[in-house]
Amino acid sequence: MKEIIKLDNIKRDFRVGDETVHALRGVSFTIHEGEFVTIMGTSGSGKSTLLNTLGCLDTPTSGEYYLDGVSVRTMGKNARATLRNRKIGFVFQSYNLLPKTTAVENVELPLMYNPNYSAAKRKEKAVNALIAVGLGDRLEHKSNQMSGGQMQRVAIARALVNDPAVILADEATGNLDTRTSFEILVLFQKLHAEGRTIIFVTHNPEISGYSSRNITLRDGHVTSDMVNTNVLDAAEVLARLPKNDD
Amino acid sequence: MNGTNLIKIALRALANNKMRGFLTMLGIIIGVASVITMLAIGQGSKRSIQAQISEMGSNMIMIHPGADIRGGVRQDASAMETLKLNDYEDIVNETRFVSYTSPTVNSSGQAIYGANNAPTTVYGVSPDYLYIRRYKIQDGDMFTEQDIQTAAKVCVVGKTVVDNLFPGGENSVGKVIRFQKLPFRIVGVLESKGYNSMGMDQDDLILAPYTTIQKKVLAITHLQGITCSALKEEYTDQAIDEITEILRRNHKLKEGADDDFTIRSQQELSTMLTSTTDMMTVLLAAVAGISLLVGGIGIMNIMYVSVTERTREIGLRMSIGAKGIDILAQFLIESILISVTGGLIGVVLGVGAALVVNGVAHFPIYIQPWSVVLSFAVCTVTGVFFGWYPAKKAAQLDPIEAIRYE
Repeated sequence: MKEIIKLDNIKRDFRVGDETVHALRGVSFTIHEGEFVTIMGTSGSGKSTLLNTLGCLDTPTSGEYYLDGVSVRTMGKNARATLRNRKIGFVFQSYNLLPKTTAVENVELPLMYNPNYSAAKRKEKAVNALIAVGLGDRLEHKSNQMSGGQMQRVAIARALVNDPAVILADEATGNLDTRTSFEILVLFQKLHAEGRTIIFVTHNPEISGYSSRNITLRDGHVTSDMVNTNVLDAAEVLARLPKNDD
Repeated sequence: MNGTNLIKIALRALANNKMRGFLTMLGIIIGVASVITMLAIGQGSKRSIQAQISEMGSNMIMIHPGADIRGGVRQDASAMETLKLNDYEDIVNETRFVSYTSPTVNSSGQAIYGANNAPTTVYGVSPDYLYIRRYKIQDGDMFTEQDIQTAAKVCVVGKTVVDNLFPGGENSVGKVIRFQKLPFRIVGVLESKGYNSMGMDQDDLILAPYTTIQKKVLAITHLQGITCSALKEEYTDQAIDEITEILRRNHKLKEGADDDFTIRSQQELSTMLTSTTDMMTVLLAAVAGISLLVGGIGIMNIMYVSVTERTREIGLRMSIGAKGIDILAQFLIESILISVTGGLIGVVLGVGAALVVNGVAHFPIYIQPWSVVLSFAVCTVTGVFFGWYPAKKAAQLDPIEAIRYE
């Protein structure tokens, strides 16, 4: 299996006033293509910093990070922006869709920053991504005309549209009710089944049961890294949940 | 990211905030429109003054006997008797930069024809005077050198004099009018020139041979003045130098002695008047420019608000691959779009307002193409200048913080 992510003794320090905060104190792990990994940890465990590092938004103070074989640590801002554009799909807790903008236009956005795509090609890819997340019938809906679950699906479609090496989800179900959360989990499991690499950062241990591997962070260290042998099926749970009445 | 995409993104952002975009634009619209209107009015009045001066003869040079002091009392110029006929003749014969020359002697009084009379001024001149002052004969002819030799009692009259003395509209050429008891036969009527920029009626005059006025009206032998025209307006200074030399020689003035004559040129007057209107234009443009500046500050203000308001959007764009330069360009294009659109509307409004001012208030206007180009260029620069800082601020945001900005 191809190594998508390789962390080698990553450390990240922040200076706050006169003090140095060690957010990551030597994190090492490798994620292969096709894994669905949950990274868990309480607040202050360093998981946000780890997410920023994995997402190439931040660079480690020391240690090496290889994304799809490319060393990120020494990359400049612009190079990292391009790398994010080509290799990473972000899903945020609060969706971060552009207001008053249609689903297709939102999904097209990453491709707007890639000069290799023509307008027609962009649209085609965006429509396909929206169909993949089950929103084929809501292409022209504006973001303010959609429910939270639909908005998160659009955000996931946006993360898929550039065929990223890895999808980074940051508390992607955090703003959703139980039923909708499971719908989104079903979608992630479906994407996983299709062979995509997913990293799901959360503080909710319940979610770990649905992923293939769990990494737990505490005080900047990896405290556990286990392969989940008994992956739960989110679709089954969803079927048992009472239907929303609205 | 290519330019079309950026413009598309900027247009989309503006479309999301139409009212705000329009209000921001309004500052630029008013600024550009006022610059164009003010310049049109300023340039219009300058041109109209220049046209009037050139009507009067922009290359005209007037020589008067100079202020002399006798016993500590400065004398009136007309009391001077320093300008003589030989001065006139020498100017005619010896100058290279003077094209036409005419002596002037004048007298004011009542002109009478039948039961009608009117106050006017008789100018004793030579036929050259027509070319110097750019009068044209409408009916009849100018008096001739022959009339000057013989001091003939003939005259050419202006339109106002004709209207006053011949209210019935009958043909005045050939009629004999009286001026200070002296009969003058009208040989010609001047074409009307209307009022000049100082509000003087240029048609209220009678022209007669200077010899007639000298001998029969004023009983003098000296000249009250000499009027010349330079070959061209540009040669006015050379012509004045020549004339000065001749007069100083004729009047036997020692080196270092003051001139006993004064020479004034229309060019001086024209320079003075146009510098006044130029200053007015500059002042008007400055006021208008300030409103453009205020409009620019409006853009900067709104762009700052917009950047703050869209911090999360910026964070998102950065995290999905927008470079700093992409964000900078996006906001810069937005502010340029606002200012350029505002500028275009402003140009249309400004030209329209200038035409309205011309139509309603009858101000002379002249819309200079460069003023349109300039104000348009200025507002584009305004867009870049005032959009730069907010755009820079946006581009320098940290995506990690921006994406979680509340």
